[in-house]
Amino acid sequence: MFKEYDIIVVGAGHAGCEAANAAAKMGSAVLLITMDMAKIAQMSCNPAMGGVAKGQIVREIDALGGLSGIVSDLSTIQFRMLNKSKGPAMWSPRSQNDRVLFALTWRKMLEKNVNVDFWQDSVQEILINDKAVVGVITSMGQTIYSKSVVLTNGTFLNGIIHVGEKQFGGGRMGEKASVGITEQLKSLGFESGRMKTGTPPRVDGRTLDYSKMEEQPGDENPGKFSYSKTPLIKDQRCCWITYTNEKVHKYLKEGFDQSPMYSGRIKGLGPRYCPSIEDKINRFAERERHQIFVEPEGWDTVEIYVNGFSTSLPEHIQLKALKAISGFENVKMFRPGYAIEYDFFPPTQLKPTLETHNITNLYFAGQINGTTGYEEAACQGLMAGINAHLKNKEKEPLVLNRSEAYVGVLIDDLVNKGTDEPYRMFTSRAEFRILLRQDNADLRLTDIGYRVGLAREDRLIRKQEKEANIYKIIDFIKKTSVSADSINPYLESVDSANINQQMKLISIATRPQVSLLGLEKMNSMLATFLSPFDEETKIAAEILIKYESYIEKEKDLAYKLLKFDALDIYDDFDYSLVQNLSSEAREKLIKQKPKTLGQASRISGVNPSDVSLLMVHLGK
Amino acid sequence: MQLFYNHNDTICAVATPPGMGAIAVLRLSGKDAIGTIQKFIKNKNITDKPGYSAIFASLTNPETDEILDEVVITLFRAPASYTGEDVVEISCHGSIYIQQLLLQQFVKHGCRLAQPGEFTMRAFTHGKLDLSRAEAVADLISGENEKAHKAALGQMRGGVSKEIEILRQQLIDFAALIELELDFAEEDVEFANREHLYKLIDEIITKSEKLIDTFHYGNAIKNGIPTVIAGKPNAGKSTLLNVLLNEDRALVSDIAGTTRDTIEENIIIDGINFRLIDTAGIRQHAEAIEGMGIERTIEKISEASVVLYVFDINDTTPELLEKETSHLLLENKYIIWLANKCDACNDIETKLSAFKNYNNILPISSKTGEGIEQLKTALAAALPHKPNENDVVLTNARHVTSLQETIQCLQTVKAGFQNNISGELVAFDIREAIQHLGNITGAITSDDLLGSIFTRFCIGK
Repeated sequence: MFKEYDIIVVGAGHAGCEAANAAAKMGSAVLLITMDMAKIAQMSCNPAMGGVAKGQIVREIDALGGLSGIVSDLSTIQFRMLNKSKGPAMWSPRSQNDRVLFALTWRKMLEKNVNVDFWQDSVQEILINDKAVVGVITSMGQTIYSKSVVLTNGTFLNGIIHVGEKQFGGGRMGEKASVGITEQLKSLGFESGRMKTGTPPRVDGRTLDYSKMEEQPGDENPGKFSYSKTPLIKDQRCCWITYTNEKVHKYLKEGFDQSPMYSGRIKGLGPRYCPSIEDKINRFAERERHQIFVEPEGWDTVEIYVNGFSTSLPEHIQLKALKAISGFENVKMFRPGYAIEYDFFPPTQLKPTLETHNITNLYFAGQINGTTGYEEAACQGLMAGINAHLKNKEKEPLVLNRSEAYVGVLIDDLVNKGTDEPYRMFTSRAEFRILLRQDNADLRLTDIGYRVGLAREDRLIRKQEKEANIYKIIDFIKKTSVSADSINPYLESVDSANINQQMKLISIATRPQVSLLGLEKMNSMLATFLSPFDEETKIAAEILIKYESYIEKEKDLAYKLLKFDALDIYDDFDYSLVQNLSSEAREKLIKQKPKTLGQASRISGVNPSDVSLLMVHLGK
Repeated sequence: MQLFYNHNDTICAVATPPGMGAIAVLRLSGKDAIGTIQKFIKNKNITDKPGYSAIFASLTNPETDEILDEVVITLFRAPASYTGEDVVEISCHGSIYIQQLLLQQFVKHGCRLAQPGEFTMRAFTHGKLDLSRAEAVADLISGENEKAHKAALGQMRGGVSKEIEILRQQLIDFAALIELELDFAEEDVEFANREHLYKLIDEIITKSEKLIDTFHYGNAIKNGIPTVIAGKPNAGKSTLLNVLLNEDRALVSDIAGTTRDTIEENIIIDGINFRLIDTAGIRQHAEAIEGMGIERTIEKISEASVVLYVFDINDTTPELLEKETSHLLLENKYIIWLANKCDACNDIETKLSAFKNYNNILPISSKTGEGIEQLKTALAAALPHKPNENDVVLTNARHVTSLQETIQCLQTVKAGFQNNISGELVAFDIREAIQHLGNITGAITSDDLLGSIFTRFCIGK
């Protein structure tokens, strides 16, 4: 009934969709298997993309040729650049999205790709021949062959949903869990664990009193994610902010004895940085209130997502507590929040390509690897799809390094350090975050995306033009001088010291208070020169001028790390030959098989003296 | 941050202990070791000589043809050498000037000065030593005297590490506060109190500075206190040295100017190593050959911390003493004035009373040994400000550098705050400071590897 595919992608969430799209675009014959065709690219939790560190990831996905950025842009209902008051490495794009439109757009984009076939079914078993994957068997009894398989099961593997004292099997509210894969993988020698996450209640927007909340509008000049020619949104919907109070906390506490979190029924590890509301009032008992973001679910719906109120308390407690929130007095609930437990596989069992060590041509991406977040999942899917394709075509794998992309940081952390709690990206995880900015993801990654055959040529040309223009601007600013008279009034207006004599623009432009926009207004020569360039290019040039010293310092450090990453550990290296290795280090090294000395040094439990010994032994 | 030693280049250093001997040995190791030395030899080819050859040669400056020194060169071919690489050992004349001159020339022609312990590290890398033997060598080399030994032990048992780890942990906590503001700006968290952050930085800077101060003491107990014995010809300097050493080390005669060069010896007083340097006599009108020695004496004084100035109490007045020492640049030195030959003086009290402007003056007789014990007591008092018995004392220059770099980063952090620079840039400098401290404690995940194992090694072995 089925042809033999190059790649079967199991699951059509953010990871699965990116994996299927990338491999198919690169020329692989892909089969995307999902339990429900109507649920492709669901936003299971909040209807938003991006945010601090995550927005950078979306832009990286876009630069490489993935679709998350484009799909987000086409379904945005509000756009904000977060952290605008901080330095450019912190600027983080975030969009509120129309949940339905987002999913629909993804499905349309995949349907446009002739290399993607769809099949609605649940995979029950992976077909394996001599430690290599050869296909899957579905719950309907179909055997489908392929060269490789990408598993992106999300929260579905043995998923259990908890609401109060009720618990039932399911991968999402109202959807079946997936059974069989974990058990099979364990029998093949994989280690698995349990994680937990949660989601807040959805409520009826018609029953809220927004006059009692703070309005949170989108940016006046909204941006977008994609470097391609997606349209900028014209209208935006706003969000609101309100707060919990002592009364809300009191009502919630009344339900604690029926909470699966505190009764011990939930065994999985939840994220510390995305706690449920019961966790917040329990752990931070001194706080009198917690922030609640009231977020619309789309253009045309009255459904509201109550961000910050993730909970697994009984429904009636949820409703009672919600009603005590200012503006929520008459609230009607569409559905309660819940917690979900699911299986994951510690990602230290993966190669940096996301292929498993145990089974050749089997790839894992997304929550199955212990991560949380759409963006984190999407970028893993993208990399797994790319690498599955490259390997089938016997080409060099694509592994991004830590100074190249957040995607590189994420995968490097996962495969080397593993994770005990759902892994979310933060800028502080990236030691080179000043290099990994949202404004330059295209400059960093377009070439790579193009080289592997994913990003199209128009992206490359656009990136090359942008780059050339940036250097034209910098060059002009370096060469051009301004007179004291022409510039001092501006300097005074921004509280920067006057100049006494003619000066090069560059030495003024690097001052903290000075902006390129300000200079442009005061200096007609500069204004004329800059007029043909777009805003994005001008900002990118300004960032390079202003932060040059920090950028150079990080480049320097990155270069040193790269040297380290260039020291290969050959595949069959015998760690038992290295005397004096700590036993923990030896055990982890044997298990995780780092490819380079740099990778070995980042494995937790491997300390510098272990690395020294390795280095000595490798004869470096 | 030193990620790696480069193992492809050729390193050089003095292999004999610091100071003056009749000969000194300079060592080069690396693939260009033999080739580098060939550049200095005009009429012989040493590049085709087998291992273990010893060759007599004149080293000449390749640019000026000027002769640098006449030396004996010993070749070791890889892997049959101490480091396992090609090694050249050059026995040259012992003067420090010659040693330094040759090293400078080697560096100019492609070598690099070895890092502390780097020869041993290369030996280790090439399988010539296992780790425990390498560490035994380090133990042997370090800790020549009691207090240095104690400091070394303290360091090994983590005295310094512990102190620095506390600073480092505080900085990490500090960095965490900054990160919180960056990654969770959108959320309703309370941000770090700026005043509190300033205070913390100041605290860390103060503690770092205090630790650096202990280095001067630590350095003294580890490397010894350079002590010059100076005075006019025939004032009895060499005899004094012999008395202090209880042996005939210096050539002693009645002819003024017998000691033509500096001689160095160590004595240990109160657990502290004093590096005693006898100098040629200082005389205004010296014969030409002696002139060089005098210049070197002045140079020696400039490098010393303590000066023992010897004069003959029988024929020296305060005015004469003032005149003969006026050009010696004795400012900022710890000087002990030694009124020598008091055994030949009838009324020492009256004589000495004329020198009431001179503090720290002692009547001695290097001939009879009179006053020598008092001199030793005075020397022990010359030690730099001594920290409390239980204080952690830094003895490693690398640690001082790391602390200085930490302070520098923290000053940048402070300035950054004052200029309202964005948190991620401030965080960069804090991370760098944490790295610098990590270089000392070794508690870092990604860098400064072999170097940290081998820090206790001296240059050249």
